[in-house]
Amino acid sequence: MRLEEHLRARRAAGRPLLVPYVTGGLGSGWLDVVRAVVDAGADAVEIGIPFSDPVMDGPTIQEASQRAIDLGATPAKVIADAAQVDVDVPLVAMTYYNPVHHAGHERFAASLADAGIDGAILPDLPLDELDPWADAADRAGVETVLLAAPTTPDDRLQAICDRSRGFVYGVALMGVTGERKRLATEALEMGRRCKAATDRPVLLGVGISTPDQAVTAAGAADGVIVGSALIARLLHGGGPDDAHAFVTELRAALDA
Amino acid sequence: MTPLQRGAAVLLGPPGPEPLGLGRFGEFGGRFIPEALVPALEELEVAFRASWASTEFRDELAGLLANYAGRPTPVTECRRLSERLGVRVLLKREDLTHTGSHKINSVLGQALLARQMGKQRVIAETGAGQHGVATATAAALFGMQCMVFMGAVDVERQALNVWRMRLLGAEVVSVESGSATLKDAINDALRDWVASVESTHYCIGSVVGPHPYPWMVREFQRVVGDEARAQCRDLLGGDPDVVVACVGGGSNAIGTFAGFLDTDARLVGVEAGGLGLESGQHGASITRGVPGVLHGARSLYLQDEDGQILEAHSVSAGLDYPGVGPEHAALAATGRAEYHPATDEEAIAGFQLLAATEGIVPALEPAHAIGWLAREAGHAVPHGSEVLITLSGRGDKDAAYVAERLTGEPLS
Ligand SMILES: Cc1ncc(COP(=O)(O)O)c(C=O)c1O
Repeated sequence: MRLEEHLRARRAAGRPLLVPYVTGGLGSGWLDVVRAVVDAGADAVEIGIPFSDPVMDGPTIQEASQRAIDLGATPAKVIADAAQVDVDVPLVAMTYYNPVHHAGHERFAASLADAGIDGAILPDLPLDELDPWADAADRAGVETVLLAAPTTPDDRLQAICDRSRGFVYGVALMGVTGERKRLATEALEMGRRCKAATDRPVLLGVGISTPDQAVTAAGAADGVIVGSALIARLLHGGGPDDAHAFVTELRAALDA
Repeated sequence: MTPLQRGAAVLLGPPGPEPLGLGRFGEFGGRFIPEALVPALEELEVAFRASWASTEFRDELAGLLANYAGRPTPVTECRRLSERLGVRVLLKREDLTHTGSHKINSVLGQALLARQMGKQRVIAETGAGQHGVATATAAALFGMQCMVFMGAVDVERQALNVWRMRLLGAEVVSVESGSATLKDAINDALRDWVASVESTHYCIGSVVGPHPYPWMVREFQRVVGDEARAQCRDLLGGDPDVVVACVGGGSNAIGTFAGFLDTDARLVGVEAGGLGLESGQHGASITRGVPGVLHGARSLYLQDEDGQILEAHSVSAGLDYPGVGPEHAALAATGRAEYHPATDEEAIAGFQLLAATEGIVPALEPAHAIGWLAREAGHAVPHGSEVLITLSGRGDKDAAYVAERLTGEPLS
């Protein structure tokens, strides 16, 4: 239970948790981006394994995924690359179910574990269809993070929080990933509802774009996930230094 | 057969079997979608199950199908085509429905459900534009807001239908991502729905998507097969030897097959063979696909060795999809139905053949079924066989495109 243990320990130290998302294979320097965000204070890093049809993603991550695929990124290559980074925080793979299904549950779970990737997030694999994958992941020691949405009713939210491993991913708005001008009204309620249901770390993600938004959201949960706002910087010519600067800003705001 | 239930003038047969578990057809189907959508799918499943069993709902739908959509559609005996091919050909005429394709059957049912669930907005994906037109039509009829997602490639090749949708009051969104065809239109419709689910019904156009769609859309389309079976009994004194339909997502085919599953008829689905299977440019997801999960269902999809979904290719926008409904995957697995490709060229030849022999211009999608029969008559379909083909739509939308392809010049 490395991911959950690690996040619990950091939370216990009074630290709001910060998990940036980085698209795997987005340029040859993508591992440097991972190192940079860790150096800037990430508590874990979500590694996107690009999929051709990312239905939970808005234009920014769609573009990043397509660009990475065009550059030759495959699940196996991204996972093998990730095995190269030596960072002191856990890595969590985020992808869609088809590449997992295609590889086979056991094989995919083993490849993550072998690469030192501690968790997995599959946003199109809801609780009701979870078991075949999650059983294989459990056996391989990979923690499967489940998502809860603002529309999730209370009894189902409880079941999701109970079955989730690593942390609970509270979706902070109704919609797909992408930068937003304002924190959605649903975000704080989502955080509160998850916190009331579980003692596991609760992170809010989707749409959280600025240090101010991160601070407000983290106030209702244990921390935040920031994806599109970081990826947009990389798509617009930014590199590890820009990623470092942005995550430093987020970290400073959260710690203030 | 169980006695038919009489609506206005339309016969709705009894409900067919529900899939098992969470929408399973054999090992296919299911509900693989983002958590945000789960409650809406559960609500839809409950609403559909209750409505489909209620006389009131069935009467209202039957009335709409009769008085608005123009059902029942006839079965036409094709004398000159039969003579030409040496097999007896009957056409189930979905081209004669209001809006010109079978899509209206499911859209009217879904619009009634949307109204009942208090949803004021409907969204849809469309390939050929027929489903978009049907959805825009129902939205106009019910006074609902409508947004249709259509791949940019299809916006171009089905321009007439784009204009029709706008005339009907729908907003048409041109989707540029991925291959800019039907698959990507579904992606964007799902993305919209994840944000709008509380006010919006997603009117899926085929027997694809998460449970309950493959089941619900099949049930709304089974009127095609139920009518055709009764009509064949009148015309032939029994069931046809072979029942043929084109397969994109598979809704006209499954609706047709539903009427004949318990007969001895051979069931044949015709997939988009595109430029030929060897070219890799096709939409033959049953013949060449492998099990996977996309758009909410486990089924057969065209994919590369990493599980990335491949772009399909077909001359017909409605068959240009790298997957197929899960019930077809299951019927292929058990062998109850068989699936074969017909190429772009065979479809174009079928388009011309039916026009010239019967005075009927088919849509390019069912032209694949005609093309397949023209190829296989006297081979896989022995001379003298009685063959029912579902003519899922009419060819107006394709006329300009085929003209340009055949003459090399745009119609001015
Ligand atoms: C006339 C017609 N036939 C067939 C299809 C393919 O859909 P399905 O396989 O669901 O019947 C379409 C889809 O656009 C269509 O317009």
